[in-house]
Amino acid sequence: MTDRIMAEPDKKDVLFDPVYKDNPIALQVLGICSALAVTTRLDKAIVMSVAVILVVAFSNAAVSAIRHFIPTSIRIIVQMTIISSLVIVVDLFLQAFLPRIADELSVFVGLIITNCIVMGRAEGFAMKNGPLLSFLDGIGNGLGYAAILLIVGFSRELLGSGTVLGFTILPLASEGGWYVRNGLMLTPPSAFFLIGILIWALRTWKPEQVGKS
Amino acid sequence: MLEHHLSLFFTAIFEENLALAFFLGMCTFLAVSKDVNTAMGLGVAVIVIQTITVPVNCVIYQYLLKENALNWTGISALQGTDLQFLGLISYIGTIAAMVQILEMALDRFFPPLYHALGIFLPLITVNCAILGGTLFMVERDYTPLEALNFGFSGGLGWAMAIAALAGIREKLKYSDVPDGLKGLGITFITVGLMAMAFMAFAGIDI
Repeated sequence: MTDRIMAEPDKKDVLFDPVYKDNPIALQVLGICSALAVTTRLDKAIVMSVAVILVVAFSNAAVSAIRHFIPTSIRIIVQMTIISSLVIVVDLFLQAFLPRIADELSVFVGLIITNCIVMGRAEGFAMKNGPLLSFLDGIGNGLGYAAILLIVGFSRELLGSGTVLGFTILPLASEGGWYVRNGLMLTPPSAFFLIGILIWALRTWKPEQVGKS
Repeated sequence: MLEHHLSLFFTAIFEENLALAFFLGMCTFLAVSKDVNTAMGLGVAVIVIQTITVPVNCVIYQYLLKENALNWTGISALQGTDLQFLGLISYIGTIAAMVQILEMALDRFFPPLYHALGIFLPLITVNCAILGGTLFMVERDYTPLEALNFGFSGGLGWAMAIAALAGIREKLKYSDVPDGLKGLGITFITVGLMAMAFMAFAGIDI
């Protein structure tokens, strides 16, 4: 009876809260590994975001659908198996239809398995809620992850190569334009700086998030 | 031969540091780097697991999963098989199993080390540095010996990076950081600066 007393979470909140209020990367510090490595260009960031959204949403729905049949002692292994199977599907799909991007993402598609967002949502949300709600929660958290990825990917590509999705926005000085490209943006450390600054901005905008970690 | 292994060793530690160049294991890297002792404990656990799982997964890949890998069995039905699509699921299974076995073995034979590592052992299963090490091994097609070397040196590089970050964060406690940047924000920027320092190693050839 206890779960009757708890109000059923609103579908809209479940879907949109993770995007700005409870962002998985900026607030829960989950899934950072891939967020940094795949953001040198916007197209890589987009493909990676879509892959993560699909994996989180479907793994959440699948785990939630069988949550009453999973013995507690082996639940991690069951979740792992479901997640790995979904990631294998995504990996094979990318290799078949987007081989160039799959090649550049290299190991990071496989690493979605150990992306803490996927495990965290399966364990923290899907084990307690119904399939539809869990599916929405998965999409919401995937979108929150995607939002950070896209912002970082956009800034790194624009400032680092003067392009967006391969189209020239800032003509490079080396090719007769005026923009001197910022080489730092293409190197790993810039991703740390950008996310650090992003977190700073988010916490200044919503001060109640300060000091939680 | 020796030179090749030395170069692989130093490249994995400095130039291609799993944490600072490939951002692997970042979740634990940021969460468990508040003091040096815990960071060292986790670092040792990562070295041990890496050194075991990468070669084991390498043997699985080279002799079971790779294209034509089953030819050594001599059974005609198994000639020319390609089981690479089972890769991810077998690697993560191996890692989970190895972590479990190591946990039981340590508990039985080296209780002090078991208690020192404590909660970090089970956590390591979902540390992307471990799976990442295995996936790099597959991508670069290492032999089992190279994989042993790579597993150890990759783990060592990761451990050094987390110990260094923990040392810096202990000092940072006394600094006056702007409110919104406190905690996570400043940690990111610190790691960024560390990564820049490590980039200076790029291009060193041994």
